[in-house]
Amino acid sequence: MNANRSVQIAYAIGLVLLLIAPALIYPVLIMKVLCFALFACAFNLLLGYTGLLSFGHAVFLGSAAYITGHALKVWELPTLLGILVGTLGAAGLGWVIGSLAIRRQGIYFAMVTLALSQMVYFFFLQASFTGGEDGLQGVPRGTLFGLDLADDTNLYYLVVAIFVGAFWLIQRTIHSPFGQILKAIRENEPRAISLGYDVAKYKLLAFVLSAGLAGLAGATKTVVFKFATLTDAHWHTSGEVVLMTLLGGMGTVFGPVVGATVIVSLQNELADKVGSLVTVIMGVIFVVCVLAFRRGIVGESIALYKRMIGEKTE
Amino acid sequence: MTDFFGVPLPALFGQLVLGLVNGSFYAVLSLGLAVIFGMLNIINFAHGALYMMGALFTWMFMEYLGIGYWWSLVLAPLSVGIIGIAIERLLLQWLYKLDHLYGLLLTFGLALILEGFFRHLYGVAGQPYSIPDELSGAINLGFMFLPKYRAWIIFASLAVCLVTWYVIEKTRLGAYLRAATENPALTQAFGINVPLMVMLTYGFGVGLAGLAGVLAAPATQVGPLMGSNLIITVFAVVVIGGMGSILGSILTGLGLGLIEGLTKVFYPEASATVVFIIMAIVLMFRPAGLFGREK
Repeated sequence: MNANRSVQIAYAIGLVLLLIAPALIYPVLIMKVLCFALFACAFNLLLGYTGLLSFGHAVFLGSAAYITGHALKVWELPTLLGILVGTLGAAGLGWVIGSLAIRRQGIYFAMVTLALSQMVYFFFLQASFTGGEDGLQGVPRGTLFGLDLADDTNLYYLVVAIFVGAFWLIQRTIHSPFGQILKAIRENEPRAISLGYDVAKYKLLAFVLSAGLAGLAGATKTVVFKFATLTDAHWHTSGEVVLMTLLGGMGTVFGPVVGATVIVSLQNELADKVGSLVTVIMGVIFVVCVLAFRRGIVGESIALYKRMIGEKTE
Repeated sequence: MTDFFGVPLPALFGQLVLGLVNGSFYAVLSLGLAVIFGMLNIINFAHGALYMMGALFTWMFMEYLGIGYWWSLVLAPLSVGIIGIAIERLLLQWLYKLDHLYGLLLTFGLALILEGFFRHLYGVAGQPYSIPDELSGAINLGFMFLPKYRAWIIFASLAVCLVTWYVIEKTRLGAYLRAATENPALTQAFGINVPLMVMLTYGFGVGLAGLAGVLAAPATQVGPLMGSNLIITVFAVVVIGGMGSILGSILTGLGLGLIEGLTKVFYPEASATVVFIIMAIVLMFRPAGLFGREK
């Protein structure tokens, strides 16, 4: 009960912070953090709760970014509908890539997702609607219920609503019977099969859900920044989301949010100061996390808290 | 002029040779990945970065020390191998008891560090490296001109692959290696120093990547990013071939290079993606890979 209470308090504090934050920090930066936090949460649903390491998740972020950008700019759809189209597009792509990738396990799964995402990346590079190296620029933000979303504050509350809704959906999924089966697959796949679960179907569903939510993050990001670029779909971004989840703590509720906040702020701070050395720093964080910090910030904090109150950790 | 489905024959053969050249790189790199995976159970994401370092060392030896191509052919893979041994001792050895995925993540981090570091030093632009005098020019085969350096790449890669195959499959050392791959604890109990073999295997595997880098130096622009896209294609090659058999990885590498070359002639738009498309098809019909065994 105690743990439940503290989680609820954490939720409440988080929500209040989100609502007052734009008065303190530049809203576009927070919106960027929120998009990547959602991206990392979607990724964590797959890695942390299903045990599948996808090394091509950026392609869902990127494809939704392009589809939403195209829908808003060329088809002139309303903003929310545009975001929805992008999300569904990413989920569809997730279905195609997922059904191929789940044919292999473990390390091969990672390589297959990476290779397939590289293929889609090359497609985006050559296709005309993406604008190639220049990216898709000048995407209008549009309006919502008569409110002009070109205003950062209006858009901010829309992004917060999207983030909170998606975050709630992920929590519901994790704690649903479906989520329990995913955890069973993560812990012991042969046992889940022997219990009669169609493991391939569950993995694919988790993959599609994760891809769709990553797409929602990408679609929202396009609306915030008014452009979609190849960087969104590049394997570098796939690596970044792995890093965010690892650093924050995979398989924890808030880990990806913390990880995304740290990484995005770090990149924001360092970009002007050290230039291309940012990649080196990201690499060093990766190596340190894998060697000495595998539970991540949130995971380690929980372990520390449990040790302090005298509970045994597993 | 003779042609084949509307493509002049010399152009066709030219692309096929280029395809074989690319295929040679795929073969050497996927062979290194397979050898490392067999012993360490780690997919070495840093393989592309170490290939890049092989090429960059070749260029640096020439630029700063005046050491020519032929010496680099020995020294650069050796340096990369030594760096590999340091990586294995300092970092990788702590991961053997964990999930394989951590090995992938750690080597991914290493790849970022190495690439970022050299990009900081040299920028993204490539450095030119000239073909050694002995191998410049071309041979007239009658139906086409074969650039000597391309022939050398194919020859050298094949030779290295076959020697590796021979050592692993036919010698006593190779037998130890295969035994240690199959059952490390038992092999150790027979008095064979398995940790030493693991260390040398990683050094050898990345040394192969370094060697591929030296071979590539005069054929492409030497730059910090030359390895990163290549390694993803090599991953697809590894998925297609499966990592169970050494000859399998060599054949798959060369075959895919040829197919890529043919695609460049007949449907250039798909040349960057054809390997991935083949991978998708193989996954549909033979998920374990062409030469792989289902575990």
